[in-house]
Amino acid sequence: MTTLLDVDNLWVRFPNRTGVFDAVRGVSFSLGRERLGIVGESGSGKSLTGRAILRLIRSPGIVEAGHINLHGENLLEKSEAQMRKVRGEKISMVMQDPKFSLNPVMTVGDQIIEAYRLHAKASKAEAYKKSVEMLEAVSIRDADRVMKAYPHEMSGGMGQRIMIAMMLIPNPEILIADEPTSALDVSVQGQVLSIMDKLVKERGMGLIFISHDLNLVSQFCDRVLIMYAGRIVEVCEADKLHEAKHPYTQGLLGSLPRFDAPRDRLQVLTRDPAWREAPSVEARL
Amino acid sequence: MTTETQTLREWLLSETPTSRRHARLAAFYKGWLTLRANHMAMIGLAIIALLIGTAMFAPLLAPHDPFVQDLAFRLQPLGTEGHILGTDSLGRDILSRMIYGSRITLYIVALVVMIAPVAGLLVGTIAGYAGGWTDIILMRITDIFLAFPRLILALAFVAALGAGIENAVLAIALTAWPPYARMARAETLTIRSSDYISAIRLQGAGPMRIITKHIWPLCISSLIVRVTLDMAGIILAAAGLGFLGLGAQPPSPEWGAMISEGRRFILDYWWIATMPGLAIFTVSLAFNLLGDGLRDVLDPKDSTS
Amino acid sequence: MSDAISIQNLNVWFGEHHDLFQAVKNASLTVATGASFGLVGESGSGKSTILRALTGLAPQWEGQMSINGTDLTHKRDKQFYKTVQMVFQDPYASLHPRQSVDQVLSETLHLHGFKDIDNRVNKLLLDVGLGPAFRFRYPHQLSGGQRQRIAIARALAAEPKILLLDEPTSALDVSVQAEILNLLCDLRAEHGLTYLMVSHDLAVVAHMCERAAVMRNGEIVEIIEVADMRAGKTTHDYTAQLLHASANRVA
Repeated sequence: MTTLLDVDNLWVRFPNRTGVFDAVRGVSFSLGRERLGIVGESGSGKSLTGRAILRLIRSPGIVEAGHINLHGENLLEKSEAQMRKVRGEKISMVMQDPKFSLNPVMTVGDQIIEAYRLHAKASKAEAYKKSVEMLEAVSIRDADRVMKAYPHEMSGGMGQRIMIAMMLIPNPEILIADEPTSALDVSVQGQVLSIMDKLVKERGMGLIFISHDLNLVSQFCDRVLIMYAGRIVEVCEADKLHEAKHPYTQGLLGSLPRFDAPRDRLQVLTRDPAWREAPSVEARL
Repeated sequence: MTTETQTLREWLLSETPTSRRHARLAAFYKGWLTLRANHMAMIGLAIIALLIGTAMFAPLLAPHDPFVQDLAFRLQPLGTEGHILGTDSLGRDILSRMIYGSRITLYIVALVVMIAPVAGLLVGTIAGYAGGWTDIILMRITDIFLAFPRLILALAFVAALGAGIENAVLAIALTAWPPYARMARAETLTIRSSDYISAIRLQGAGPMRIITKHIWPLCISSLIVRVTLDMAGIILAAAGLGFLGLGAQPPSPEWGAMISEGRRFILDYWWIATMPGLAIFTVSLAFNLLGDGLRDVLDPKDSTS
Repeated sequence: MSDAISIQNLNVWFGEHHDLFQAVKNASLTVATGASFGLVGESGSGKSTILRALTGLAPQWEGQMSINGTDLTHKRDKQFYKTVQMVFQDPYASLHPRQSVDQVLSETLHLHGFKDIDNRVNKLLLDVGLGPAFRFRYPHQLSGGQRQRIAIARALAAEPKILLLDEPTSALDVSVQAEILNLLCDLRAEHGLTYLMVSHDLAVVAHMCERAAVMRNGEIVEIIEVADMRAGKTTHDYTAQLLHASANRVA
């Protein structure tokens, strides 16, 4: 598989009153044309890893890495202006809650058209046509009506599909999705995921899927990184997640209530301090 | 024992306080550390401390009696022997008058702070929490006060009550409370529907307890910030009333009144009006800087991080 | 013996008279004393609203609700709050940001008229698996799981018999969720509590409850034994759909 993105020894640090807090500690991985899942609990550094790739960590946070190579070009050496181009055209990001990602006072159509015209020189009419096509690509049937609607008139699932449509307009090679379905109901989750899946397959994109939900990731992704305390503790094939070796991964799986296999008590995770100190596992292809 | 080797600083920064007093002191100390990291706020605080010191020790600091006139030495320029900041049209030492004037400034500030925010907090939280007709009536009254230009309303009050510093303060306070009421109401509306208020309601707590013990502590921090930011305006309003002859009466060395007196000579003897003007400017700026710093410390939205 | 909770033909509305929204339509259910009953459904199905109507937080309701055989009126008295308590969904929002654990628990105990507050605070903290070391901490010094434990301690302070749980673990990590669910199981056994639990997660409800009501658009579509649910013996299509969606997350 060709490597799209290669991250080497990534650190994200936040200076605070008592010293420096290392949120991500020396993570290395690469991404091909695949669905790569990053799972972990809150505070494990999974979201920050996604943001650090796009250099979206705000001051006073510091991003350090050997390199973050996109097709061999180091993103860390790019200027802010060049990064803006990368963020739209090469790598896109979908956030957790569509309510906060769409501008409430603009119609959906205006926002998509604006996003499109930022990246491609096109007339309004062309941009409109393209936008409708995109909405149809994410299985929105009455696209013309949605174009005229305001974000608050959309349901959560609809909003998230619109976000995905917007992210896909410039035809990026990599999509980073940070808990894209956590705010949605189970039945809607399925629809959004299958849309993402279809697009990733059709366009040969690389997908980084950040989630706290182990079952979801094991069903949806090809490869999974398990993060703990800012490091990768384990890498495995998604369908073999249930055979995971690391006690942390096993503990997480054991702590889930199972619908098919009832038990009296849930397993409680006892955290071994050694997990924190163990070196980060390399997750290259 | 670990407690013996623990320094006071470590004790204060402990994540596991051992008593109510300890917890409160620790929270206070952390706030202080945040404030201290903000250099501009510290400058503001230093100026205000200086103002309070000056007001307290005015008789010791002032080189002359602020009321003694010496017509032979009137309108002396800056740097005159014995009168560093010169003298005014009646030959009174400007520096001494400014030093005594700081007492009046502090007096005005203290009085307004005791009336306006408290009234605003009461009206705003009751209106916000009660809702319905109470809210409508209280807020329309607030709107009526807000609709008037502040200085005009104060002028009307002073005209009705008679000139003088107390009446000026009262007039300013009466015009200053509506914004606080609006703000307190807006905050109450968001706090009212939060889970922690629902939770205390489920313990059977009545509205008075919820307002005073649960809503006030959250409103007060933003109110304090707002008050320090408004302090500059209050000092200027008092000075404005003094300038118009409706505030402090001569020979009181109120800064606004001093400017008003100096106005007649402003082209030839600029320092008479400029010096008290600079004092007002500095103190206003100091309150503004401190207010900005306090906002960082007290904003409840930030305290979770 | 009368049921702990009995709800007959409950309707709940939100909003002012001109744009009234009916959140619960004609809901009926009973929970036996000592039982654990689940309410499942998607967001907006009205499951939390039933809890809020029970506790008096949603005042616009019609129908019949009774607790231990006593009918509820629109006004709740102190005795009600000594019998019924609630744990909220988001432990980050359910604790007053400016009050220490000690203040929260002491005030609650004071409101319920207890005298030996110091001992009781420490006992409550031990009950929920935290030590007295947590007593003087502020919410921002606590993790999500610890906050939820404090919220549970607050609910237990009045020594209630019925606990209403509104998605008590949906804001928490799975490992913390396991700890809290275990704690809730232990507390139920220890204090003989009756649970009415709302969740969108079928696996959590199946783990905690014996019986559950499935809700959609404000209506209860089916009340089903959890054992039947596990066996796939549903009578309503919607329940089957929900079961399918939560088992196969990727459609």
